Amino acid sequence: MSKYTLTAAIRKRNAEGLSAFIPYMMAGDGGLEVLHERISFLEEAGADAIEIGIPFSDPVADGEVIQEAGSRALQRGVTLRKVMSTLQVQSHKIPLVIMTYLNPVLAYGLPKFVADCECAGVNGLIIPDLPHEERGLLSDALEAKDIALVPLISLTSSTERIEKIARAAEGFIYAVTVNGITGVRSGFSSDLMNHLTDLKRIANVPVLAGFGISTPEQVREFSSVTDGVIVGSAIVTAFHEGKLDKIQSLIKAGQTAVKH
Amino acid sequence: MIQTVEGKGRYGRFGGQYVPETLMGALTELEEAHDSALADPAFREQLNSYLKDFVGRENPLYFAERLTEAAGGAKIYLKREDLNHTGAHKINNALGQALLAKRMGKRKIVAETGAGQHGVATATACALLGLECVVFMGKEDIRRQELNVFRMELLGTRVESVDKGAGTLKDAVNEALRYWVAHVEDTHYILGSALGPHPFPKIVRDFQQIIGQETKRQILDKEGRLPDAVVACIGGGSNAIGMFHPFVEDENVALYGVEAAGGGISTGQHAAAIAEAKEGVLHGAYMYVLQDEDGFIQEAHSISAGLDYPAVGPEHCHLHDIGRVQYTSATDAEALEGVQLLAQKEGIIPALESAHAIHFAFGLAKKMQSDDILVVCLSGRGDKDVQTVRDALGGGVQ
Ligand SMILES: Cc1ncc(COP(=O)(O)O)c(C=O)c1O
Repeated sequence: MSKYTLTAAIRKRNAEGLSAFIPYMMAGDGGLEVLHERISFLEEAGADAIEIGIPFSDPVADGEVIQEAGSRALQRGVTLRKVMSTLQVQSHKIPLVIMTYLNPVLAYGLPKFVADCECAGVNGLIIPDLPHEERGLLSDALEAKDIALVPLISLTSSTERIEKIARAAEGFIYAVTVNGITGVRSGFSSDLMNHLTDLKRIANVPVLAGFGISTPEQVREFSSVTDGVIVGSAIVTAFHEGKLDKIQSLIKAGQTAVKH
Repeated sequence: MIQTVEGKGRYGRFGGQYVPETLMGALTELEEAHDSALADPAFREQLNSYLKDFVGRENPLYFAERLTEAAGGAKIYLKREDLNHTGAHKINNALGQALLAKRMGKRKIVAETGAGQHGVATATACALLGLECVVFMGKEDIRRQELNVFRMELLGTRVESVDKGAGTLKDAVNEALRYWVAHVEDTHYILGSALGPHPFPKIVRDFQQIIGQETKRQILDKEGRLPDAVVACIGGGSNAIGMFHPFVEDENVALYGVEAAGGGISTGQHAAAIAEAKEGVLHGAYMYVLQDEDGFIQEAHSISAGLDYPAVGPEHCHLHDIGRVQYTSATDAEALEGVQLLAQKEGIIPALESAHAIHFAFGLAKKMQSDDILVVCLSGRGDKDVQTVRDALGGGVQ
């Protein structure tokens, strides 16, 4: 299996009996100058991998917070190409996962994009508008590369789909915890925990929960039933407002969460 | 060229289902419901009865005698979608999908609108069938089509203003999609053109092809033969695919789609995605899409809000590639000429969208023989555009 680095980073944390934590940040929010600084900060704070969001003109899967961060980055002229070349300048200690909509990748050109991902230490891709049925578009180009095409599973995915997606999953499974777009939520549906437990049972890669998770309490709650959590909007807001301690406490909440 | 995969709802290499996982279940459910509805005589009968008694179909295929004289070439016929209830072809699809939603047990509807025509049509269908409706509309379009906003509200629909991006149709679709993702369990999205992820392009075509079916019957009645040319304007492509589809196999019928060239293709301020010929993914489908070199979607520009969309539905992209339909364009200025031409020669004020087709068809008719037959899809009436046209003409008729 060529796609091991991302999974291994998560499993390493799990092997300590702890839950993994993957923060999401919008590349270029605050300027590309601070990208490495922010990546280093997240590494130091104990993140197990980092999701790097790419700004897009039409982010249909994102809520207000990430949309606005994306607009700020777009205003600074940030593009996928610029992010990729910035990432290639410096090496990182933990795997990076690029989260981008499909069209910028197509415009980049697949072979070049994959080659640049390899140079930049990118070990995973999350493409919210590329469902299981369409993943063949990228999977050939990613064959034999250590770059996992991370699938999303939602609350509306049927049992049949879940099994199909889980069987083909690479890196980890991104379990979407709400019907909706990214953003901050106060409540989650009641059968969510059962859904996550079921997912874990059939998956042979780690299962991470994400979308709407924004407080240390929620992080702890989800960490107890999954292999880790992804936090986006709350991290984006904390970076934007310069409240770095909030990021540290979120990561800490994730990593002190003991897995059952 | 970009490699694509075999998948559902492909038109050649175009189409597909590029949507968040959360929507995949709903798309499958929709596909099954649509197939079963079309196979159900009771559903078809119900739809047909509304189309007849509520929409006013069939509408005429009208011989435009003075326009024909003025062109001095082919005989020009107009397919009068402008005479439908609510003033455009959009009601054919809105009504069909609203009935489908009801059949699926979904009593809430979300839709996007550009010109407001699809919004009004959807609001109308929802009022008729007792469904709850919310319509997303760009802020700029709300300004351009103020009266249509009030029309929707009068019909009991909630209109949500979208101030993101340029505040036009593309931004309204983004917001409608976000809303649908969050409310997918009890809400159906009535997409207004032959766009979006499978099965939408097919559903919209299925409900719009009555335009071409009637036209075929009517022209055979009047002329005893099929037309030599058929012309329709292209926004997302719903009136055009509805008109073209029944003629696609009739190889002697030339088909022409007219995109909006805005200020002119060379100015970059236009909505002519096929003319620009860049491929990509937007709103769930692989299509020709206006975009920059980084894959960011560009804003479309057209005097007509209904053509102001940066892509063209996947089936049209394919019909272009295989050369079955010729795609051309008309500028804002040409559309304005088209409005005045039809108003003064025939006493019909066309929608600005349809005026693109009128302008091109008039030029085409001139080059054809007097025993040739040309049909134009007059997709809508111009009441909604009178203010825009007056402003564009500087207050006076030229
Ligand atoms: C009268 C009229 N014609 C044409 C269009 C363009 O849409 P389509 O290409 O889907 O027919 C619109 C869209 O609002 C319209 O209102």
